[in-house]
Amino acid sequence: MAVARNKIKSIGAAQSPLLGAAMFSPAVLYILLLVAGPFCLAIFYAFSDARIGNSEMHFVGLENFRSILQSPSFRIAIRNSLIFTICSQIVVIVGANILAISLENTFRGRGLIRFLILLPWVAPIALGAIGWKWILDSIYSVITWILVAVHIYKPFSAPMWLGEPSLAITSVLLVHSWRLMPFSTVILLAGRTAIPKDIPEAAAVDGAGFWRTQLQIVIPMMRPIISVAVLFGLIFTFTDMTVVYILTAGGPFDSTQTLPSLAFAMGIQGSDLAAGAAISLFLVPVLVIIAYFMLRVAHRAEVN
Amino acid sequence: MARGMSRSIWGKLVHVLVLATFTILLAFPFYWMLITSFKQNVDLYTMENNPFIFNAKPTLDHLKFLFTETRFVRWLGNTAFVGVVVVAITLLLAVPAAYSLARLSGRWGERLGIGIFLTYLIPPTLLFIPLSRVVAYLGLQDSLWALILVYPTFTVPFSIWLLMGFFKSIPKELEDAAMVDGLTRFGAFVKLVIPISVSGILTVVIFTFTLVTQEFVYALTFISSESNQMIGTGIPIFLVRGDVYYWGALMAACLIASLPIAFMYNLFLDRFIAGFTVGAIK
Repeated sequence: MAVARNKIKSIGAAQSPLLGAAMFSPAVLYILLLVAGPFCLAIFYAFSDARIGNSEMHFVGLENFRSILQSPSFRIAIRNSLIFTICSQIVVIVGANILAISLENTFRGRGLIRFLILLPWVAPIALGAIGWKWILDSIYSVITWILVAVHIYKPFSAPMWLGEPSLAITSVLLVHSWRLMPFSTVILLAGRTAIPKDIPEAAAVDGAGFWRTQLQIVIPMMRPIISVAVLFGLIFTFTDMTVVYILTAGGPFDSTQTLPSLAFAMGIQGSDLAAGAAISLFLVPVLVIIAYFMLRVAHRAEVN
Repeated sequence: MARGMSRSIWGKLVHVLVLATFTILLAFPFYWMLITSFKQNVDLYTMENNPFIFNAKPTLDHLKFLFTETRFVRWLGNTAFVGVVVVAITLLLAVPAAYSLARLSGRWGERLGIGIFLTYLIPPTLLFIPLSRVVAYLGLQDSLWALILVYPTFTVPFSIWLLMGFFKSIPKELEDAAMVDGLTRFGAFVKLVIPISVSGILTVVIFTFTLVTQEFVYALTFISSESNQMIGTGIPIFLVRGDVYYWGALMAACLIASLPIAFMYNLFLDRFIAGFTVGAIK
């Protein structure tokens, strides 16, 4: 019986390789033309002197990379990209674990709370960031108002949150964390519901307290799912330019510039396509490393 | 016993406190948009006023301004238009591809599937510079068609990934039986597989549409004129005149545009998350 069934299957598969190819090739062709093609074009531009409004182009070797590596804004951009990505993921993963624990069991109003908590992730980030820009306003900031009201600052002496480099960096970092925490929370929640209930219960019967059960049993069991949340979080933060562009546009004095926002400033606003392409190529090594770890997580899950 | 009781009450209190703190921190900007939208300018721009309450009567002026003096409605329309067309293109490309990859026997289907998933990780911030040249070459600068051409680059890979998981869960025997009954494989796909996959396809529709509304980098790069903006770029760029922010109208616009998208996304959230976590949850 099993043999006969396998035979039918193999006939079905053997009959339709052409149909199979016809069904996936439009999508593959589209991806080759508009993802792989432009990606190669980006590499090509990075070794040229391409500019907007100038159709002539010459090969210049490593010249773009040499001048980029010498520019102080680029060094700041690399540093910021790493700070934003790594620090916000630390904030996110700690917060998301706590939130996932407190959302695990059902209670009245859980649906509403979940909707409110998810807002930063599900609403367009450009619009959420404008909300923060108003909250962090140089004059009418509600945070400033509270700090003045509790007499930490005198009126008019509070700092401008987006106007001083270190405060602006902290603000961007926290808005990134704010944005990604809901995403990680729901991923961790999904991981928690997949853990058989009797395991933490057995631990409780054996006398392990709540925190010990969480830290020594549940969270180690969730390692693959935590990796997924972190890896996606790293990619989303590292490649994002919306938050920085809206909050500070890279300022003050390029102090909050990241790789993507600097690529935009040089490549599009500054018309220097070659420099912009070269800067954005610095995203690639990090993306490759993250992709490698993602495949490893997926592979391990398969083997288990 | 008494100790256990006090402990559980204490635990509940901590639970409520933690939830309240996180909810307030995460939802605060949206509450702030709401209250700002209805405040008079004299109220908004007087530093001494307590910003948490209405110090002057609530007003609808900002909403009126938004809907009559700005291109906000136009931007909503542009976004809906691009969203619908991109959804259609995404379905046409992704549904057949996902089905064929899900059924492709052996290692090849899997490898191609993973390859397509990896293209989802290539971000717009890596491709916007060369794509800006492609768009210029095709004469599509400042046209919504530029976005329609480019947006499937991020909607198609993830949709294929989501649908592959969905199609794999449909037993092959169903199609085999239909084919024994005389349908061709393509016939079985159209008449049998698609109808039972409606909920998976609907997930892709919503996911694609919300991704389009959330996109920022391409819209910022390709679109320049005020009347062709999407909501994500029109609101931050064109509702700001010179150095003056129309905070009331700005916040109203953010809230009005965010809420429907948030609702839609929320309805299908668990499915999207399943797409992100395939393999990592057993």
